[in-house]
Amino acid sequence: MALLESRIPPGALADKWRRHKADMRLVNPANKRKYEVVVVGAGLAGASAAASLSELGYAVSCFVFHDSPRRAHSIAAQGGINAAKNYPNDGDSVHRLFNDTVKGGDYRSREANVHRLAEVSGDIIDQCVAQGVPFAREYGGLLANRSFGGAQVSRTFYARGQTGQQLLLGAYSALSRAIGSGGVKLHTQSEMLDLVVVDGHAKGIVARNLLTGEVTRHSADAVVLATGGYGNVFNLSTYARGSNATAIWRAYKRGACFANPCFTQIHPTCIPVTGDYQSKLTLMSESLRNDGRIWVPLRKEDRLKPAASIPEADRDYYLERIYPSFGNLCPRDVASRAAKRVCDEGRGVGETGLGVYLDFSEAIGRLGEAGVRERYGNLFDIYHEITNEDAYRVPMRIFPAVHYTMGGLWVDYNLMSNVPGLFVLGEANFSDHGANRLGASALMQGLADGYFVLPYTISGYLASQKPGSRPPADGPEFMQAEAAVGAVTRRLLSVRGTRPVSYFHKRLGHILWQHCGMARNRAGLEKALQEIPALREEFWAGGLVPGTGDSLNQSLERAVRVADFLELGELMCRDALAREESCGCHFREEHQYPDGECKRDDVNFAHVAAWEYAGEGDVPVRNTEPLTYEAVKMSVRNYK
Amino acid sequence: MTTPKTFNVTVRVWRQVGPGREGRFVEYPARGVNPDMSFLEMLDVLNDELAARGEEPIAFSHDCREGICGTCSLVINGKPHGPNHGVASCQTYMRSFRDGDRIVVEPFRARAFPVIKDLVTDRSAFDTIQQAGGFITARTGSAPEANAAPVPKHVADLAMDAAQCIGCGACVAACKNSSAMLFVASKVSHLGLLPQGQPERDSRVLAMVSTMDGLGFGGCTNQYECSAACPKLISHDFIARLNRDYTKAVFRSAFKPEPAGGGET
Repeated sequence: MALLESRIPPGALADKWRRHKADMRLVNPANKRKYEVVVVGAGLAGASAAASLSELGYAVSCFVFHDSPRRAHSIAAQGGINAAKNYPNDGDSVHRLFNDTVKGGDYRSREANVHRLAEVSGDIIDQCVAQGVPFAREYGGLLANRSFGGAQVSRTFYARGQTGQQLLLGAYSALSRAIGSGGVKLHTQSEMLDLVVVDGHAKGIVARNLLTGEVTRHSADAVVLATGGYGNVFNLSTYARGSNATAIWRAYKRGACFANPCFTQIHPTCIPVTGDYQSKLTLMSESLRNDGRIWVPLRKEDRLKPAASIPEADRDYYLERIYPSFGNLCPRDVASRAAKRVCDEGRGVGETGLGVYLDFSEAIGRLGEAGVRERYGNLFDIYHEITNEDAYRVPMRIFPAVHYTMGGLWVDYNLMSNVPGLFVLGEANFSDHGANRLGASALMQGLADGYFVLPYTISGYLASQKPGSRPPADGPEFMQAEAAVGAVTRRLLSVRGTRPVSYFHKRLGHILWQHCGMARNRAGLEKALQEIPALREEFWAGGLVPGTGDSLNQSLERAVRVADFLELGELMCRDALAREESCGCHFREEHQYPDGECKRDDVNFAHVAAWEYAGEGDVPVRNTEPLTYEAVKMSVRNYK
Repeated sequence: MTTPKTFNVTVRVWRQVGPGREGRFVEYPARGVNPDMSFLEMLDVLNDELAARGEEPIAFSHDCREGICGTCSLVINGKPHGPNHGVASCQTYMRSFRDGDRIVVEPFRARAFPVIKDLVTDRSAFDTIQQAGGFITARTGSAPEANAAPVPKHVADLAMDAAQCIGCGACVAACKNSSAMLFVASKVSHLGLLPQGQPERDSRVLAMVSTMDGLGFGGCTNQYECSAACPKLISHDFIARLNRDYTKAVFRSAFKPEPAGGGET
C-alpha cells in the first residue's frame, strides 16, 4: 500500500499557507544553482514554474513535445481566470471563492489546497498585469470583470475570448527571458517517455526526440510534471490533438498514485459532432451563458422546425425552469446532464438530435448586435467557420463534450506525489477541483501552482537532498528505463497489422463515452472493463504503425499515446465502478434523487481514491485519502 | 440542415523525406470528401488510406485545431493558411472547395524556416527572437497591485489587437522577402503600448530587430501580404509603429551609453 500523507499544515484554515511558508526549509541561495530541476510541459503550470524556479536560481531544464513552448493547450482557454479581488464590490472574498470552488467540486477536493488557491488568486492577476497581459478594462482604465458559472459574483478577468492565450504568452515571455539568459535549458520536440526512480526518489526522465528518434537520459534533483490532462482518452474532446497522458501514465507505472481517474469534465457548450471523420470538438466559451439562453422545443415534434418558427410558449428554457436562481449559469456538470436529459427525451435539435439551442436573440435585443459582437465576436466567428451558420440570425446549436480532467496524479499539500521528488502541477494533478471544476478555475490553478506554490514547496524537498547528490544519468535505473522505452517503440513498429491507430482510438473513445461519460452504471462499466482489454489486445496484435523510429514519425507518436490511453481507460472505468455514489461529474445512475440530481454518499465515499500500479496484468490497489471539512459544511449542492 | 453531399478532389502535396533533401510534388485522390470536414481532417483520412496501402503518411504540423496554438502551417493553393481570410489552416473547411478541384499543398517556405519533413518546417527562429527581448522583466512575486496603474481602454484594446499573434509564421511565408516584421511588430507594439513595457522599450526593439536580421529573415518593402495572410488579421500599421520605435531607440542609444528608459508614447 502506498503511503498517502497529505501533509496539510496544522492551524486554522486561513493561516495554514502563511505558516507553512514561514516554516518551510530553504535552500541557501549559493546552493540553488547546484540543483537541477526537470520541468516537463510548458503550459500555464510548466512555463510559470520553469520561469519562477529559474528566477530563484535553480538550474532548470524544460521539456516540451511541441515545436515551441508557446503551443500548449492552455492557449485555447477562452473565457477567463477567477480571482477574489472584489473589484466590482459585489461581496467577493477569499472565503467566498474558496467556498464556491469546494461546493462546485461537490465536496471531493482538499479543503486546505483550495483555500490556498483562493488566497493566491489575487497575486496571479498582479503578476500577469506586470508581465503585460492585456486584460479587458473599463473606460476609466481599471480592470473589468465578468461572471461565470457556479458563482453569484463577478470575479472573472478576461482578455476577449482569448484569456488562456494571453496568460500563456505571459508565462511564455517569462520563460523566454529565462531561456535567453541561460537560466532554463529548453528541449523542444522532446517527449518524456519514462520517469527514473532511484532509491524510491524521482531522479530523472527519459525522453525521445521526435525529430531524430534519439532517446536520451536526464538526471535531476527533482522532476516536475506539468503535462496537462488526459481527456483525449475519449478521442473526441476539446483538447488539442497532441494532448496526452503518457508522462503521468509512465509515472503511475513507476509508483505514483493516480487519483480519481474517473473525474472527467464534460463541458456543456461545445459544437455538436457532425461525422465519423471528426478529429476534435470545439468549445464555445461558458461566458456565452452570461447572455445566451439555452432551450429546446417543448414538444419533440418541433425539434427539426426552424428555431424562429417556434413560438415562445412552445420553448423550454430548461435551465431557467429547473434552476431559477442560477439559471443558465449553473455549474458545468449540472448543465451538461440537463442537456443530455432533454436530448434523451427526444427533444434535441439538429439532425442528430444531439444538440440544444444557445439563443442570443434576447441579448441582441438588449445590447444590439454590436454589443454582442464586442463581447463574443470571435466566438461567433469560430461558430460560423465550423458550422457555416450565422449565430446572430439563428441560435447556436451546442452539446456537451469532454473538456477537462479533474483526476490526475495524487499530490500532497506541497504538490509532491507519493514518489518523493516528483511534483505534479496544473491539470496533471488531482488536487483542487474535486468532482467538478468551475469555469475560469483551471487557469487560476495552473498559474497558482507554477508561480506561487511550487517555488516555495520545492525548497522543502530539495533542502533534504545534498547538493550534487543526484545520481549519474548512466546509472542502472536510467539504462533500464531507456531500454524499456526503446522496447515499446520497437514493438509498436514491429506489429505491422492492418488497422490504423485512429481506428483503435475511436473505438476506445466510443466505449468510454458510452459507459464512462455523462452517466454511468454498473452493467455498462463492467461491460467496458471487458471490452477495453480486448481492444488493447487487438491493438497490439493488429495495429498498423508505418515508418521507422529514427525520424519524424507522427503515426508512431500517436501509437505510443494511444497505447497508454488503452490502459488508462480501463483504470477510469475501474474507478467509476468502485465509486458507488454520484458526485459532480461522476453520475452513477443507481445513485440519484428522484429529480435526477447527484446523490452523494459522504459516509462511504468522502475520500480521494488513489490507485496504485501493481504490475502488468494485476489489479491495481485502491488507496484512499479521507477528506475532512472544517470550514465548509458538506451539503447537497443546490443551484435551484 | 440537409445531409451534405460528398465530393472528390485531388491533392498535390509537397513530399520531402528530411531536412536538406530534395522534395517533389505527389498527387493523391481524396474521395468522399464531406464539405463539413476540416482541411486537416481530409488529410487525416487520406493518411489512413496511405498507411493502409503501405505508403508513408504525409507529415504536417497541427495541434489545437481551433486556430489558436499556431502550429498548423500549410500553404494551400499558394496562400498561407488557404483561401479564407482571418483563419488558420486548421480552420479551413472543405466547403471552400468544389468537386474536381486540384488543391496544391506546400509547407511555409522561407530561408529561416527550413523544411523538416513534407509539410513540417522548423520555426524555432521565432522563439529565438522572443528570447532576445519579447518580454517585460517582472520577477514572480514582485508585481504591484494590478489596478495601481490604470491603462486607458483604447490603449489596452490596441495592445490586445497586437497581442493576438499566434506565432504561426504565415506573415513570413506570405512575404516575398520572408520578412518577420509583422511578427516582431506585434510583440513590440503589444508591450510598448502598455505602461509596464516602458522601461525596456528601447532595449526590446533593438534586441528583437537585430536578432531577426541575424536569423535570415528579409526586410519589409511595405507590400502588406503579411497582414492579408495573418489568421488574426493583425494590422500592418503595427509595422509603422515598430519602425518608429526602432528609429527612436537607435537615436537614443547613440547618444547614451545605456538604452534610455521610455516614458513617452
